[in-house]
Amino acid sequence: MSTIKTLRVGVASCGIASGAEDVMALLKARANSIPVVGVGCLGYCYAEPMVEAVLEDGSSVIYGNVEATEKSVDNILALGEAGRFEVPPERKKREKIMVLALAGRVDPVDFDDYVAHKGYDGLKRALAMAPEAVVNEVLTSGLRGRGGGGFPTGRKWSFLAAKKAEEKILICNADEGDPGAFMDRSLMESVPHQVLEGMLIAAYATGATKLFIYCRAEYPLAIKHLKIAIQQICDHKLNHLGDRDVEIVIKEGAGAFVCGEETALIASLEGQRGTPRFRPPFPTDSGYKGYPTMINNVETYGNVPLILRDGGAEYAKVGTEGSKGTKLFALAGDLKYPGLVEVPMGITLGEIVFDIGGADRTKVKAVQTGGPSGGCIPVENFDVPVDYDSLKTLGAIMGSGGMIVINNDRCMVETARYFLDFTHRESCGKCTFCRVGMTRMYETLERITKGQGTEEDLDFLADIAPKIKAGALCGLGQTAPNPVLATLRYFRHEYEEHIREHKCRALQCNAMVKLQIDHDKCVKCGLCVRSCPVQAINADFEIDPAKCTRCNSCLDACPKKAIYRVHNGDEK
Amino acid sequence: MDNAYSYLESVGKEPSNLIKGLQLIQSTEGYVSDDAIRAVAKYFSLPEVEIEGVLSFYAQFKRVKPGKYKIALCDGTACHIKGSPLVHEWVRQELNLSPGETSADGLFSLETVACLGCCSLAPVMSINGRAYAKLTRKGLVKIIKEYQAK
Repeated sequence: MSTIKTLRVGVASCGIASGAEDVMALLKARANSIPVVGVGCLGYCYAEPMVEAVLEDGSSVIYGNVEATEKSVDNILALGEAGRFEVPPERKKREKIMVLALAGRVDPVDFDDYVAHKGYDGLKRALAMAPEAVVNEVLTSGLRGRGGGGFPTGRKWSFLAAKKAEEKILICNADEGDPGAFMDRSLMESVPHQVLEGMLIAAYATGATKLFIYCRAEYPLAIKHLKIAIQQICDHKLNHLGDRDVEIVIKEGAGAFVCGEETALIASLEGQRGTPRFRPPFPTDSGYKGYPTMINNVETYGNVPLILRDGGAEYAKVGTEGSKGTKLFALAGDLKYPGLVEVPMGITLGEIVFDIGGADRTKVKAVQTGGPSGGCIPVENFDVPVDYDSLKTLGAIMGSGGMIVINNDRCMVETARYFLDFTHRESCGKCTFCRVGMTRMYETLERITKGQGTEEDLDFLADIAPKIKAGALCGLGQTAPNPVLATLRYFRHEYEEHIREHKCRALQCNAMVKLQIDHDKCVKCGLCVRSCPVQAINADFEIDPAKCTRCNSCLDACPKKAIYRVHNGDEK
Repeated sequence: MDNAYSYLESVGKEPSNLIKGLQLIQSTEGYVSDDAIRAVAKYFSLPEVEIEGVLSFYAQFKRVKPGKYKIALCDGTACHIKGSPLVHEWVRQELNLSPGETSADGLFSLETVACLGCCSLAPVMSINGRAYAKLTRKGLVKIIKEYQAK
């Protein structure tokens, strides 16, 4: 049997949240001379904390759900059978790992490790070419913006390259604000050098002189890794692009969803309130402090080194006619294997949700893509290929890559209400349609989920949504009504049930639901009584609906599963 | 300038560094007080109302002194689907706190955040930056009790 050469522990945010740092400390204490390296995310978030034992012969054994105990750590050091992690075979078959090839496999802040894995080969190759040829290579690759819009990246680059100015600005949009999305965080935490290499190539191709990374302040680990990587780049003089040195600056966002919009992002970079402005002028004409400015998303930059390393034509072999390459998705919600996945463009939604995500076919009813700007796609349409254009025809969008699986016990009206609660609060207030319209839509949905909706409410929603889309200046307002439009399109019956029958089929909307104890199953153990925070359960094990807050504490506490959520008026 | 805020000098005086300056103040003091606004306005040569305008725009900035333990409840999509509204209710019951408030004893403050980025471990909250995953009511009460006993 081969011996262990290195131990890798996944210490990206997900891993840390599951206790990976304790595991790593314990491993270090007990591994004697074997090096223990902290790496990024392997993408199997459901199995965190994860440890990979790399053996002398090059193969490796992965352990999942590792506990920070001596027993479990010693089991790994002895290469024990217990706790070994296997990649679900269906996932292995469907995934196409290109951008994430190094995530979880290199030490994020070890420059040499990255270089040893062909890191900066793309940049080297670019520097040997004329800048125009680099732009052409990206055009050939067919890469489109991964932030959600899907604009051809090469064309965007050519706009900036054509500008003559003393300063040209390049921005990396790392303000990943979509709730439910963590692709960019993972990429920056796991392989910061790959994102930076993409930026340096873009700077060389377009003639940019100053590079900004606008990153959410909520991503401290990503910021830390990027800062270290930038210092290493400067130490190795990789920021010297032909005839000039470029400066790379990290700016932390301060928590405003609208700053994902490019003109708002620029305003925020300038230290102002992050409100969008009218275009034209487009940022490539007049952006940061009036200089020509180009903004690409983290994942877009993450793709660029591969294109230059392997050639645009090679890259374009993966994907569909109109959408090339792979896409990262953050899978979450009601499924067995949540995590970060990378799939080739053109894979079907069903393959992602069922084969990779392991969701329950009998229970899933929809998937939400594109976060609060996107829409839901019902299970009947899961044979749709995932690419920029196909998803649009269904009223959804590719978005930046958040994918939330929703099953039968989630209410679609409540889901729409949730997204509008987010967007109406995040509206910057500049455009009346967005500021007032979204608030009115939110109030209407709130009424419906409380059982106070009317038929007119549905007409109102259908009427105002397209007006907001037409009347708003920026992407936030133009897409914010989408979750409502999509749920109205596919799940109108749920809205109608809430209004006409005061019924929430998912038993989620508290105003229409009460909790009940099944006395045939109940063994009168009293755990529910003790767990109830508002003393709503009496000595005869009856729940007083007037006192009950529907918090589900008793339901979770009951060992006999004798407590149910039922519709008001229903007797079990 | 006011000596208490002399550390602002580490940030350049160009107005584009305003947000950075405010972030520095917040990370040092925990929030941005009226005095801090006056100091920042003077330092960047901007009217105070401008500073207030930027502060109120961004969710990150706090104008109220936070508690010793800052609870951030995630209400991102994944957490919401996995029951974060219930978690909010549990915290309200245990600590009688609403988002944006600090408890009378100054021990806890509560805010909701859009996403902590640990979606596959939902529902999640963090206390002083340390994330707690897959919350249940029992687990949450235990965590809060631990902090109260500290």
